[in-house]
Amino acid sequence: MAGLDVPSAGRVVLDGAELNTLDEDGRARIRYQRVGFVFQSFQLLPGLTALENVMLPLELNGMAEPQALASDWLQRVGLVDRMQHYPNQLSGGEQQRVAIARAFVTDPLILFADEPTGNLDQTTAAQIIELLFRLNEEKGTTLVIVTHDEHIASRCQRQLTLAGGRLEDGA
Amino acid sequence: MTRPGFALRLLLRDWHSGELRLIVLSLIVAVASLTTVGFFTDRIEQTIEIQATELLAADLVLSATAPVPASIGEQARRMRLQTTSVTAFRSVVVKEDRFQMAEVKAVAAGYPLRGELRVADRLFGEEYTPAGIPAPGEAWADSRLLQQLGVELNEQIELGATHLTLSRVLTFEPDRGGDIFNIAPRLMINRADVAATGLILPGSRVSYYLLLGGEAESVAAFRQWFEAQHGGGTVKIRGIRDARPELKTALERASQFLGLAALVSVALAGMAVAMSTQRYVRRHLDYCAIMRCIGATQGTVLSIYLLQCLLLALLCSVLGTGLGFLGQAGLASLMSGLVQGELPAPSAWPAVSGLLTGLITVCGFAMPQLLRLRAVSPMRVLRRDLTPLPVSSRLVYVLAILALALLLPWQSGDVSLSLYSFAGLLATGVALALAARGAIYLIRRLRLSGVVLRYGLANVSRRGGQSIAQVLGIGLGLTAMLLLFLIRTDLLENWRERLPAGTPNYFLINVQPDEVRQLGDFIFERGRLLTEFYPMIRGRLVRINDRPVSPEDYADDRARRLVAREFNLSFAEQMQGHNRLVAGHWWASGETGVFSVEEGIAQTLGIRMGDHLTYLVAGREVSAVASNLRWVEWDSFNVNFFVVSDPATLASYPATYITSFYLPPAERLLLSDIVREFPSVTVFDVDAILTQVRQLMNQVIRTIEYVSGFTLLAGLIVLFAALQTTHDERLQESALLSSLGASRRQILGALLAEFLCLGLIAGLLAAFGATLVEWLLAHYVFNLTMSLNPVIWFFGPLLSMVLIGVGGVLGTRHVLSAPPMRVLRQGT
Repeated sequence: MAGLDVPSAGRVVLDGAELNTLDEDGRARIRYQRVGFVFQSFQLLPGLTALENVMLPLELNGMAEPQALASDWLQRVGLVDRMQHYPNQLSGGEQQRVAIARAFVTDPLILFADEPTGNLDQTTAAQIIELLFRLNEEKGTTLVIVTHDEHIASRCQRQLTLAGGRLEDGA
Repeated sequence: MTRPGFALRLLLRDWHSGELRLIVLSLIVAVASLTTVGFFTDRIEQTIEIQATELLAADLVLSATAPVPASIGEQARRMRLQTTSVTAFRSVVVKEDRFQMAEVKAVAAGYPLRGELRVADRLFGEEYTPAGIPAPGEAWADSRLLQQLGVELNEQIELGATHLTLSRVLTFEPDRGGDIFNIAPRLMINRADVAATGLILPGSRVSYYLLLGGEAESVAAFRQWFEAQHGGGTVKIRGIRDARPELKTALERASQFLGLAALVSVALAGMAVAMSTQRYVRRHLDYCAIMRCIGATQGTVLSIYLLQCLLLALLCSVLGTGLGFLGQAGLASLMSGLVQGELPAPSAWPAVSGLLTGLITVCGFAMPQLLRLRAVSPMRVLRRDLTPLPVSSRLVYVLAILALALLLPWQSGDVSLSLYSFAGLLATGVALALAARGAIYLIRRLRLSGVVLRYGLANVSRRGGQSIAQVLGIGLGLTAMLLLFLIRTDLLENWRERLPAGTPNYFLINVQPDEVRQLGDFIFERGRLLTEFYPMIRGRLVRINDRPVSPEDYADDRARRLVAREFNLSFAEQMQGHNRLVAGHWWASGETGVFSVEEGIAQTLGIRMGDHLTYLVAGREVSAVASNLRWVEWDSFNVNFFVVSDPATLASYPATYITSFYLPPAERLLLSDIVREFPSVTVFDVDAILTQVRQLMNQVIRTIEYVSGFTLLAGLIVLFAALQTTHDERLQESALLSSLGASRRQILGALLAEFLCLGLIAGLLAAFGATLVEWLLAHYVFNLTMSLNPVIWFFGPLLSMVLIGVGGVLGTRHVLSAPPMRVLRQGT
């Protein structure tokens, strides 16, 4: 759905773009322009600081002064003091907040979150979910969350259940 | 932000996070060692050339059979060159009723422009450097002339129509050169006295020389001007390249070896870069996946990394070149005792080649690996196992070989040598890889008891391809080290042994047959050993088969000279030492009517095997068949002959004998005793030339040792890089073992087993590689016959096991103390 892979059969249409007809680079452009990601394992670059991790998508697309925007987003996720820290100097919750800032910094239409709290303790998980939903409301981004947590699922407007690889029902 | 700017920032971040250190180190060392070698060889070659100019007594010599036109000299002076003239001719020197043919050399102020004269105030007395040249009315004679004429210093001699006072003994002149046994003794006079002798008449055989000296650029400019204006005319030009043959060989040998050493450094450094890049790329797969995930196209990712790579090459090249420059400055101070005066400043070329070296090394050895990053799938963020296929190994090898091929010709400056060494290196690499593969296959078949040993050795075979690459890297690094050891112990010692301390430095010629025994006893009683006495018969070549031979038949100057005059023949039952048959066979006892001809002269004069050669000896003709060709080691300073016959053919012709012996400088007065006791015997002093050659040899050896040091450094880096390639994987596995309950002892044991096994294979391969290269060097570069050195087959593997064992365990030791979860969580 997010354009990371292509379906072996059928079609995937994302905001009007048919993903299976695009080549890798075409899908990469869609990802940059419209999609953001948050992963269970955070997926930060270990060699880059928190700030640099958030700047990365902007720099990749040639933005001239990405620093101001990136630090603004780190501030929004509450990491203003941790900007120059490397991922291994941050806690799991902090790392996930950096990942969220990185996902929102390109102003995506859709944000895919794959088990965003899977690697976090309960308290931190609750904070992260709060942050995600708050930003989702502020930015008007469509949020697609994959989760095992019924509580998180219940906060979403629409729930789809996947069992044994098949879609069971859609509310 | 522009893409190069972004690439630069990423590069800096990678640097801060420590990811790039090994690549940077390999690259800097590659460039630094190459440029140090480059700068150094450049300066040393310039130095050797300067010393070679001393053998010409000038930078350039113009020669002609008529006075060199004044306009040429004026042009040279306009081009800021110093000039001086020399006139040389043969004439008879007379003292009362004694006559002696001499080579007269009339010199003018300023002679010699390069090098210096040495004289003594009595026969075989203390040598010193005179302030100038013989004053008008004076003459300096060499010891041979004094002996043969039976004249004392400060006596008068007649030369043509003039009288000259013999004021000094001439012991050394830098440009004496030539075939020392075949020229008449030397008389040096002032050029102002030439006219008074009345010896130069129309038709006399006189050689005129104009000696030129100055800055290298001026010399080159003048040579260019001369070739354009007078090239191919009657005035001939000679630079140092055409100087004495033994020097030329030493020069060629030195540059050949330096080229070879530089070549090995390139290959080793390249390997280190390739290995470090492989690891860097593996670590960056995740980076690329994330970048792809957040919207970077394949092209963007690739261009960022390629740009990064180029920037890295550029930065490292600049740094490396700077270090190389410093390195050679340190070296210059080391060499200052060996070289007279200041070393010339290095030229800019090694700097340029250093920069290009960095770029080419990166393009050839690092880029192919980077291409892998282009193919990273963004899906990798979800599935770690989605690792792009390694780049085709064929592509990697082809690019690496291409890069080496591009670098080669500059490093050695010799195309054929480059090709041979290149092929040799390639063949060695392939042979080592095959051998490593074989050894790893054998290990796989091995069934050992004990979980630790089994697990450790299983790792070697399980990592098959990586193990081969590692063994190859470690093996090549070690080869460089062992080779250095072999060169220092065997090769250079052997080479030095060619002119051992007791090498004959005096020759006795004109020994009459009935004096041979007496003279032998006389010298033996005084505690000195003579080499054999060899018969010497003067003869002139008159016919090859039925074709009469005359100087006009040959275009080559040397051939003309050889044909124009008599040269020394000899006869012998056995072939002399320092000689080797190259064609035909040595005669059997009793075989007669056969000649053995030195291959060089055979080539010069166009003599082939089976030709009938006729010599005119003392008015009689003697003919024999050229039945074999010989290679002669001329620089051994032994008595040697161009043409030798069987004992019967020349036995009835008038012969004198020649012998040689060693005399320490302090005992030189023995020579005076010999001359007094055997008045007809002439002493020939080659001590000065011997010292000169020996000095040069030492210099070449010092150079070779220094340059090999760099190869050693590159070897160590490859070794380290090779260990690093599987470092992450090993950490991960050890952590896993630990989490499964393995004790520290067991993990350490397994690691040690693996490292020691790798070390053993690499050590054996290195011993083989070093022996092979040593043999090649001995055979092709130094012309030595080698015996195998058994020591390295023991110490090579031992050293390797210790190095790899200790280094490997030290590198992975923190896995033993860190909680395994931390390592497992970080993943790779």
